[in-house]
Parts: sequence; structure tokens; C-alpha cells
Amino acid sequence: MVQQLGYLKETPSQTAGPYVHIGCTPNFAEITGVYENDLGISMVNDKTLGERISLRGRVFDGTGTPLRDALLEIWQADSKGLYNSPSELRGSADPNFTGWGRCPTDMETAEYRFETVKPGQVPFKDGRMMAPHVTVWIVARGINIGLQTRIYFDDEKEANDKDPILQRIEHRNRVPTLIAKRDGSSYVFDIYLQGDKETIFFDV
Amino acid sequence: MSNRKPETGAFFQRDRQWHPPAYTPEYKTSVVRSPQRALISFDNTLSEITGPVFGHSMLGELDADLIYNYAKPGESAIGQRIIVHGRVVDERGKGVAGALLEFWQANAGGRYRHKREGYLAALDPNFGGCGRTITDDDGYYRFRTVKPGAYPWPNGVNDWRPAHIHFSVFGHGFAQRLITQMYFEGDPMIWNCPIVKSIPDKAAIEQLIAALDMNNTIPMDARAYKFDIVLRGRRSTLFENRMEGN
Repeated sequence: MVQQLGYLKETPSQTAGPYVHIGCTPNFAEITGVYENDLGISMVNDKTLGERISLRGRVFDGTGTPLRDALLEIWQADSKGLYNSPSELRGSADPNFTGWGRCPTDMETAEYRFETVKPGQVPFKDGRMMAPHVTVWIVARGINIGLQTRIYFDDEKEANDKDPILQRIEHRNRVPTLIAKRDGSSYVFDIYLQGDKETIFFDV
Repeated sequence: MSNRKPETGAFFQRDRQWHPPAYTPEYKTSVVRSPQRALISFDNTLSEITGPVFGHSMLGELDADLIYNYAKPGESAIGQRIIVHGRVVDERGKGVAGALLEFWQANAGGRYRHKREGYLAALDPNFGGCGRTITDDDGYYRFRTVKPGAYPWPNGVNDWRPAHIHFSVFGHGFAQRLITQMYFEGDPMIWNCPIVKSIPDKAAIEQLIAALDMNNTIPMDARAYKFDIVLRGRRSTLFENRMEGN
């Protein structure tokens, strides 16, 4: 016998279920008067620095049906590439930008939408710059453990071509599943959970 | 967490044999909502190491009290009064201070307050079903609620969820983000449930079962259940070649 490492095991994930809104966006679920606002509905204010954009899209299952009960969260750097987090040691992020947003897909249209700013570039651990990107976390009924992906931008081709994460994707024909398409001041990013158009998901 | 130096290391790799896999056909909705291709792995970057942190100032006075936070003045939710408490730690056993926990549940009869829900058990006019709290400097949390009822769901023709409370947990890095469900000691429904059984390892399932905790029970008021939560641990430094903090 050797010494015991003594590490604990992570609490296992379970699906968020169809009523995730009750806990995470109660006002959206028409449970009013408990919290003033749903957490994460607003990432910016009048003073937020950077280019205002919206991110929108839908999440499709393996039959091509959009999910009307999914919940998305995004996490991103500010316009200068700094995260609003105590673990950000490179400087202070824009105090008028939370960096974190939460949005349920609409119960009718199935669309999600975030009003945010375009993120600046953030270094990879070897010092190379990653292309501007937004981290996405998706939970829903039928999803046993949250799915993580990234949104990159189609008007950042040069940076995308040098991105250390995108570069390591062996199947190059799947890279476009991570690139949002510009449409005026918004970017459209549809997510395919399963099938021919399946979005790349990460284990990080 | 105010007086602690923030940690900046990458998180331990997730053990995906311990968590439920994406495709668990006995839980039918997972069949078309599970990716078929392998996840692509890479070591954490700053985008995963960092994460939002929430201050205690965002909490309302009754946010952690589901018996009263939706009730009319002078009234309270119907059901078995319980306290759920525990500690959020990481895989190294370190308390996670300042962790935001959000929880939601059905009422004592198994009915959720949600427009998509049509179960015939009655709504409780004094019960909303949502709550939240933030762990203290040592990682401890506590909230008060009524014990939820079991409820039927359209999976198999006669499938019932065990009594459960959903938990959404934020650690300090976005890669620690976790949603799970808490079950209650002694509930025979646990071992029949396709959602519970999406977890392959019995020991992992047992990690989701809160223990009846008579020592924290308030006599003549509320029983207590203890539910500890473990988030991913993290390596000691961001840069492998610069052993900061050791």
C-alpha cells in the first residue's frame, strides 16, 4: 500500500431539467417578488467601454428541433481583454462590464440573445494571443452535464487563423461551427447538439 | 474571500467516468440532446480559470428562506419544514468561500410553479420554489425550505422523480460551473430513477444523497439535512515553469 492521495471526488452533475427557470431566472418563469431582477440579464450599462454587439441564436437537438427550455450562460473578457474576476491578475477589468450573462431560450421563438461588447484578445498560456471569443455553457432538460463551447467572430479571420485552440482542431471542416456570423450589429451563433452540423464542445 | 489571495491555477481534469455521460437512453430526452462526437480537450486558459464572483450584498433578506420568500405576510409554505446545510469544498478539501448557490424545487406535493408544468397536485399559494445564498469564509451555507414531494414525469409510463432539490453552483472559475440535484436519505425512489441512474457509479450517486442531520435539527421547528458539495480542485499555478505560490 502507498499513502492515500486524499482527494475528494467532484459532486456529479445532473440535468438542470425543464424547470431550471424557477431557480435561475424566476422572473422569466413569472415567479415575481422574490428577486428584483434575474441574475445575468444585463452585462453592460451606459458607461461600458467597447463595441456594443448582440449575440443571438438557437440551440437545435438531433432532429433539428430548437430547444425552448435551454439556459445559456456566457463568460467573456471586456473590450481590452481583461476578465472581471478575482483570478484576473493582469489588471482591472472595466468596472461597468460584468463579463457574465445568463439567458433562457424563448419559450416560443427558441431564441437566446445577449447584449454585450465585443471581447478583446486574451493570451494563451504560452503568450500567444487567442482570437476574441466568448465562452458558452449550455444546460437543459436532457443534457446530463453542461456543454461548453466558444463563440468566435467571422470578421476576425486573421486572429482566428492564429488561435491556439482553433488550430488544434483536427477536423478542419468542424471549425466553422464555432464562428458566429455578423448580421449588422449582432452576431448569429446557432448551436447544434447532435448530428451532421454538430457544434464542437470542449472538455476543459 | 476578501482577505485571501486569489488562486490562478488550472482546474483538475474532470473525471467524466464519474459524471453521467451525455447519452443515457433510459432518460429519453438525452437521446437527441447528446453530442455524438468526442469532446475536444485542452488545458484551461484564462477563459476557464477566471469566473464571475458575486457579493453578499446582492442577496435579499429572505433569499435563503423558501418558507417565507414567496409567502403572503403572516403566512408560510405548507410542508415538512427542513434546513438544508453543508459546505462547498474543492477536491483538495479546501472550503470555497463566496460561492453562489441557487436552488429550486417543487412544493410539498411535487408541483412546480412553472407554466409548462401541468401536474394535478395543487400549487401552494405561499411557495415559489426558488432560493439562493453565498457561502461564508469557510465555505458553509444554509437555507430553509419545505421538503419537496415526489412527482411523476412523462418518461416511462409510470416514472416518478424522487424528492429532490436542484442546485446551481458557481465556484471561482467558470470551469467549476455545476448544476446537480440533491436527494434525501432513505428515499426508495432514488434507485428507480432514470435521471439518477444516468450516473454509472453507485458511490457517485451516494454523493448526491443528503443525510438526515439530527444535530442540526431545531427542536419543535425544523429537521435538518446535510449536503456537502465538491467542486473541481485547482493546480497551484497558472504557469508550469514558474512555481508561484509554492
